Amino acid sequence: MIAIVDYGVGNLASVRKAFAAVGARAELVSDPARLRDATAVVLPGVGNFGHCSREFHRFGFAPELRGARERGVPILGICVGMQLLFEGSDEDRGEPGLGFYRGSVVRLTGVPRVPQIGWNAVRKIGDHPWLRDVADGDHFYFVHSYAAETAEDVVLGTVDYGGERLAIVGGDGLLGVQFHPEKSGANGLRLLRAFATADAAVVTSGHR
Amino acid sequence: MLTKRIIPCLDVMDGRVVKGINFADLRDAGDPVELARRYDRDGGDELVFLDITASAERRRTVVDLAARVADGLFIPFTVGGGIGSADLAGEILRAGADKVAVNSAAVRDPGLISEIAGRYGSQATVLSIDARRSGDHWEVVIDGGRTAVGRDAIEWAKDAVSRGAGEILLNSIDRDGTKLGFDLALTAAVAEAVAVPVIASGGASSAQDYVDLFQRTQADAGLAASIFHYSELSVGGVKEVLAAAGVPVRPRERAFA
Repeated sequence: MIAIVDYGVGNLASVRKAFAAVGARAELVSDPARLRDATAVVLPGVGNFGHCSREFHRFGFAPELRGARERGVPILGICVGMQLLFEGSDEDRGEPGLGFYRGSVVRLTGVPRVPQIGWNAVRKIGDHPWLRDVADGDHFYFVHSYAAETAEDVVLGTVDYGGERLAIVGGDGLLGVQFHPEKSGANGLRLLRAFATADAAVVTSGHR
Repeated sequence: MLTKRIIPCLDVMDGRVVKGINFADLRDAGDPVELARRYDRDGGDELVFLDITASAERRRTVVDLAARVADGLFIPFTVGGGIGSADLAGEILRAGADKVAVNSAAVRDPGLISEIAGRYGSQATVLSIDARRSGDHWEVVIDGGRTAVGRDAIEWAKDAVSRGAGEILLNSIDRDGTKLGFDLALTAAVAEAVAVPVIASGGASSAQDYVDLFQRTQADAGLAASIFHYSELSVGGVKEVLAAAGVPVRPRERAFA
């Protein structure tokens, strides 16, 4: 079962329906303990980082997500869910992220419009099993006022909006995307399908 | 580079798309889901559904519409038309819509904007403005263009953004249905006045109208209804002309297979 972390934030129906469209079963999970049964975890998020972080921690998801990470369960962070993988955000300095990656989230500057809303091309600068069907220059749908920054060698994709901004971050068993794959048409569905297939691989190894 | 968006708009009544539509390749052109998929295939970057149901059933039908569309559409869509409460906005968003557009109800009670934005975020809160030229400025009209409310359209746009509106859907009542092209002066004025994206609407009849819109104003998106429905113009065709004119647009995607 792919668990979509439901901490009361965001358009989760769209994420669930997008997985259904690629033939994968995904469930909204609001009880953190249920992440122990998950074969893959999707961490969504939308809106204000501070609000997302507060609710995420208030629901008690942080320890279970760390546990899933330690067990090697595939994790996909989307939008603010991706930003939560970092240590924190300028949007609310008092609220911590998960700290899976060093770095922070900073406000977009140097552009006439904030938030960035719409389709933009992603420059693919690294590879990852779940990006196997993403081509350099594919367009994805973005809605964000902040972008993550890191000195770590984990940036897999960037987007040009007032400069090169982080669009995809990831490593073993973990991927974060600033855009919304569930709203990015065929390009997004291909990414979700690759992630859902990773889920199947974990089930196989778990039964060996 | 961030691309300019082309947004087909569908008028829906009692769960059915209205205004004659004659796509030969559609089995049921009145089905919002089938028409939405068709626009998705043709390169529409987002869709707007304007619910014009007048009956007492409209609350149920508009939420049902959002849920049915979300089952089969994986690009963003907005639902507008008669949304008068944050509760109804929430139901529509939970059903799978990405944004709700408020218009007349927000003019009567601007607090509605902050209430929706506060609960669901600015990214889900679109203010739709119907504007009409009046002397040396543009005035806000409501109830489908019938009632002037004595507000300046640019001031209203700025006020709404300060209250949390994340996007402005700007409809020119003077140009609506005229096929004279977008109201470039109105669009340019609003797009310069606010920092959130502006979607221009009303008057488009050719690909050149879109070229003018994006070359002569700071608009982020252009919306149109009947010209796309009647196949006078295809979204893909408009995008080809825009690309040739140097306007950044999202290229056609590889089909999902």
